[in-house]
Amino acid sequence: MTAGGIGSPVKRREDRRFLLGKGQYTDDIQLPDQTHAYLLRSHHASARIASIDLTAARQAPGVVAILTGEDVAADQLGGLPAGWLIKNKDGSNMVEPPHPALAIGKVRHVGDPVVMVVAETRTQAREAAQLVEIDYEPLQGVAHLPQAVASGAPQVWDEAPGNVCYDWHIGDSTATDAAFARAKHVVKIDLTNNRLIPNPMEPRSAIGHYEDASEHYTLYTTSQNPHLIRLLLGAFTLKVPEHKIRVFAPDVGGGFGSKIYHYAEELLVLWASRRIGRPVKWTSDRNEAFMSDAHGRDHVSHAELALDERARFLGLRVDTLANMGAYLSTFAPCIPTYLYATLLSGPYAIPAIYVEVKAIFTHTVPVDAYRGAGRPEAAYLLERLVDKAARQLGIDRVEIRRENFIKPEQFPYQTPVALQYDTGNYHATLDLALKSIDYPGYAARKKASASRGKLRGFGISTYIEACGLAPSAVAGVLGARAGLYEAATVRVNPTGNVVVFTGSHSHGQGHETTFAQLVVERLGVPIESVEVVHGDTDRIPFGMGTYGSRSASVGGSAVFKAMEKIIDKGKKIAAHMLEAKLADIEFSDGSFRVAGTDRAKAFGEIAFAAYVPHNYPLETLEPGLEETAFYDPGNFTFPGGCHLVEVEVDPDTGLVAVVDVAIADDVGVIINPMIVDGQAHGGLAQGIGQALWEECLYDDDGQLLTGSYMNYCMPRAADLPMFKVGNHATPCTHNPLGVKGVGEVGAIGVPPAVINAVLDALEPLGVKHIDMPATPEKVWRAIREARP
Amino acid sequence: MITVKVNKRSHTVEVEPRTLLVELLRDQLRLTGTHVGCDTSQCGACVVHVNGKSVKSCTMLAVEADGADITTIEGVAEGGKMHPMQAAFQEHHGLQCGFCTPGMVMSAIDLVRRNASPSETEVRHWLEGNICRCTGYHNIVKAVLSAAETIRGGSR
Repeated sequence: MTAGGIGSPVKRREDRRFLLGKGQYTDDIQLPDQTHAYLLRSHHASARIASIDLTAARQAPGVVAILTGEDVAADQLGGLPAGWLIKNKDGSNMVEPPHPALAIGKVRHVGDPVVMVVAETRTQAREAAQLVEIDYEPLQGVAHLPQAVASGAPQVWDEAPGNVCYDWHIGDSTATDAAFARAKHVVKIDLTNNRLIPNPMEPRSAIGHYEDASEHYTLYTTSQNPHLIRLLLGAFTLKVPEHKIRVFAPDVGGGFGSKIYHYAEELLVLWASRRIGRPVKWTSDRNEAFMSDAHGRDHVSHAELALDERARFLGLRVDTLANMGAYLSTFAPCIPTYLYATLLSGPYAIPAIYVEVKAIFTHTVPVDAYRGAGRPEAAYLLERLVDKAARQLGIDRVEIRRENFIKPEQFPYQTPVALQYDTGNYHATLDLALKSIDYPGYAARKKASASRGKLRGFGISTYIEACGLAPSAVAGVLGARAGLYEAATVRVNPTGNVVVFTGSHSHGQGHETTFAQLVVERLGVPIESVEVVHGDTDRIPFGMGTYGSRSASVGGSAVFKAMEKIIDKGKKIAAHMLEAKLADIEFSDGSFRVAGTDRAKAFGEIAFAAYVPHNYPLETLEPGLEETAFYDPGNFTFPGGCHLVEVEVDPDTGLVAVVDVAIADDVGVIINPMIVDGQAHGGLAQGIGQALWEECLYDDDGQLLTGSYMNYCMPRAADLPMFKVGNHATPCTHNPLGVKGVGEVGAIGVPPAVINAVLDALEPLGVKHIDMPATPEKVWRAIREARP
Repeated sequence: MITVKVNKRSHTVEVEPRTLLVELLRDQLRLTGTHVGCDTSQCGACVVHVNGKSVKSCTMLAVEADGADITTIEGVAEGGKMHPMQAAFQEHHGLQCGFCTPGMVMSAIDLVRRNASPSETEVRHWLEGNICRCTGYHNIVKAVLSAAETIRGGSR
């Protein structure tokens, strides 16, 4: 291991500015002559806009402009596009309704933006908005999946009969039917996957700045992928050439998926700035975030597992309804299909699988990727089902998994649902986790809990995920409207220090440290001589951004590839300077050597020669030492592992306490173990949050009931234990770093382990089923209803 | 007109009666290290010290701070040297996106001032009013325990 290179727990280089209060988040930026925007949003789930009267609002102090959907249409701004086209079973296209930046004619969810007020101050904008008179004719709304697909349900879109966006399937139904026909046992389960609100701590914010003299637009925004936003602004919504647009996402306070998408506000502030000739800033309130940030999850599923007499899995059948909300968010259509259904083989060898997914429109906030995105829904369904199978067949929960795992020698393993796993060792992570939690000691711990009046439960989940999306050609066939590579430039300055420009965006992940470690490892320069730049489309050639745990595997691989080009060029310079054959030049530990001799040139000398080419092969080689690489992954990466949870349930109050969590993940090669552990911790907290506390609730008509931290329960410090985190790496076989991805493992693996532990604790009381979140009320009711 | 001392510097400023302390700090004094993460006094991203005690600055009117001695995250380090709490957050990877961090640090400094040897449980309960979405609190708790030990040891 090179000091500070791959594998070192280097302290984060970005921390100092955050700890000193010197971070620069979008809302911290104040531009000269800046105005402030407030968005007046619908408080109806569904209503016709009969009229909008702006007379009084226009007279309010400080008002600069008031804009409506009609102005959006008049200026011919484009609607927010969906980035993925899913085909129906019959080959026809999904329904893609319009998504204007401000509602026209109808509002379709609580929070749908209707009027934008721009004023000198934020307070003035808000107060003027209160004077806008909108005459709504309320219509019946529908929020929940079962009601939305019932006959006679209110229609969200005329063009989507039955509220169906698409009706899609994957797998082999005939083979699966045959598997069920010869099964000895069939286990069935009905599950919901609760709707969540991502809740990064920094609310979204955007500043639009149009400069008339140069006709340039600058957008400061809370985004995980500024280049993608520039692309969508240029091609679809603002419709001006990309070279006229700069998108800058400075420090971003967490994303978890919710800051991937192109939101209306990003378009609106740029457009308003053009109209008024001054910068326009908008920052979300937290309340506003609850009704305008894309939500996550929200599935209703029925699943059946076929097993033989030895409890071997023969086949899996899944039928899922997925809530899309009222409009299609940027990535929404691909989440319940290519990031969910394709994961339903899990870590198991299941010969036949057939999955049907219907995506449904409702009068709710759009649903899109949230940490894990489809994969947590798949892991939850499968792990609940496997646990139920173990209980129904009277088999040990650990053993049924061990027996059905794909074996290490079976890799690469082709699943029946499109994916081919390159590597993994599920037995190893299972054993590591069991050891970490002291599985043999569980019986004694259960007894000790009982002596304190508590019901102890043990829960297991063995999961897989697919990260590093995605091979562009494959994604294209599956309906992606973008390529999914990553870009990087490595610039070596004349004095030998290095700047990395990456299209990946860091909003907590620590790229400024880990990407620098890649440079330390490969180029042999000290970490102090490396700077990592991200987030600014004017400084970075291109990028697809950060989501789906792709930064290290795709973005890091692009950096690696650019460094290989640097080394190749450095070898040519070295061969010239050392008067040796190119084939004889070796590079390691920061120096270019003639193989088998002590003749060498340090990396810094080569860099200097590249910019001061006095002794340089100018006739065959350009001066300078800067390379750009685009890396398109050859496959997904497949992290996986085992998550174990022990809970104590108070039978009197229904309160579930998470008393122990031990996980063992295979995230491939680890660049920085401190950061990898931190990513696992954060994912675990969100996963436990989903399992026990978090739920976005709507009433049947679509009124949002959880609109603040007063009624949406976020995990807090006292709710969680210390986590035992272990790793067992099988390096990824198809990227140059061997990395797989760690950003989402916690949120994917742990929810079923928590619920399986709760059900294990409640089994003696006769409780057989519970849906997430297992709140005290729900557990208390389940206990009472199970009593004879 | 009110006069406040912020990070040892005196400011006399005009504020509206409804201006919140956090608005004064962020918008008028341009001390943007103090953050706003919610509108219901739940998240704690805005915690500062008012006369030595931690306060959610979104929950205090600027006029209430007239005459007060205020410390924000920008005023915690001395002479370019981080406070032991800041150093411990870096050492133990107690921050990721950094947004909740100023409030966490300010809150934790107040805890250790009141209770020099907090237990893990006491740290977790004290931090109930500060929400972090990134770290799962694991490394924050480690950092606070470690900083308490450093401060007890009198390294500062």
